[in-house]
Amino acid sequence: MAENVKPRVRVPGTASAGEVITIKTLISHTMESGQRKDDDGNTIPRSIINRFVVDFNGENVIDVQLEPAISTNPFFEFQATVPESGTFNFTWYDDDGSVYTEAKDITVS
Amino acid sequence: MKLTRRQTMLAAMGTAAIAALPIKASAAADDAIAAFTGGAELGEGGITLTAPEIAENGNTVPIEVSAPGAEAIAIFADGNPTPAVATVLFGPLAAEQMAATRIRLAGTQDVVAVARMPDGSFVQARQEVKVTIGGCGG
Repeated sequence: MAENVKPRVRVPGTASAGEVITIKTLISHTMESGQRKDDDGNTIPRSIINRFVVDFNGENVIDVQLEPAISTNPFFEFQATVPESGTFNFTWYDDDGSVYTEAKDITVS
Repeated sequence: MKLTRRQTMLAAMGTAAIAALPIKASAAADDAIAAFTGGAELGEGGITLTAPEIAENGNTVPIEVSAPGAEAIAIFADGNPTPAVATVLFGPLAAEQMAATRIRLAGTQDVVAVARMPDGSFVQARQEVKVTIGGCGG
């Protein structure tokens, strides 16, 4: 289930050094829980994103372990400190082994 | 205050309806929490869980947890088929130890957030969410 997976990330373009910024992320994914049944009564196998990691210039911001109870199109909002200009790297790990990544630059003025 | 017979009846019915609704908390939830805490005592305070009192659609219930200074926060839904919801580990660049997300709830139940503090203690916050339509299919 790796088609049509599109990460969306909102990070401010600029910040002052040490500023606290709010980051919002969303990735389109069905997050099939493994609890649902199809029309014939067969269980639809679980297929979710099980891990979401955010790093800034190689340093960790958050590392989330996701379970089937996370909604379709997993959304996360959190806060990060920006010590210097650099890049936020967002990584999502799918059950099927796929890895989705997104990067956002931020300039400290 | 003097209660009329009608008011008494209504109150009794309301209490009965509320008592009947919640899904029975499973032992699995306690096990899941114990797996995170290692069986440690759960304190109170220092953690905030924000969840709606009533969620119309159990498929996406917005929640927010915040525990200043915490190392990690785990979220559980004690009436779900699998109680664990998410575990958030905070790195050195996490400005405030908070996270907001959207979760699935199978029915009316308690949502529990447990935070691990740097000194190894655990605190929890618990809130009941009433769910009109469950979010686990089936």
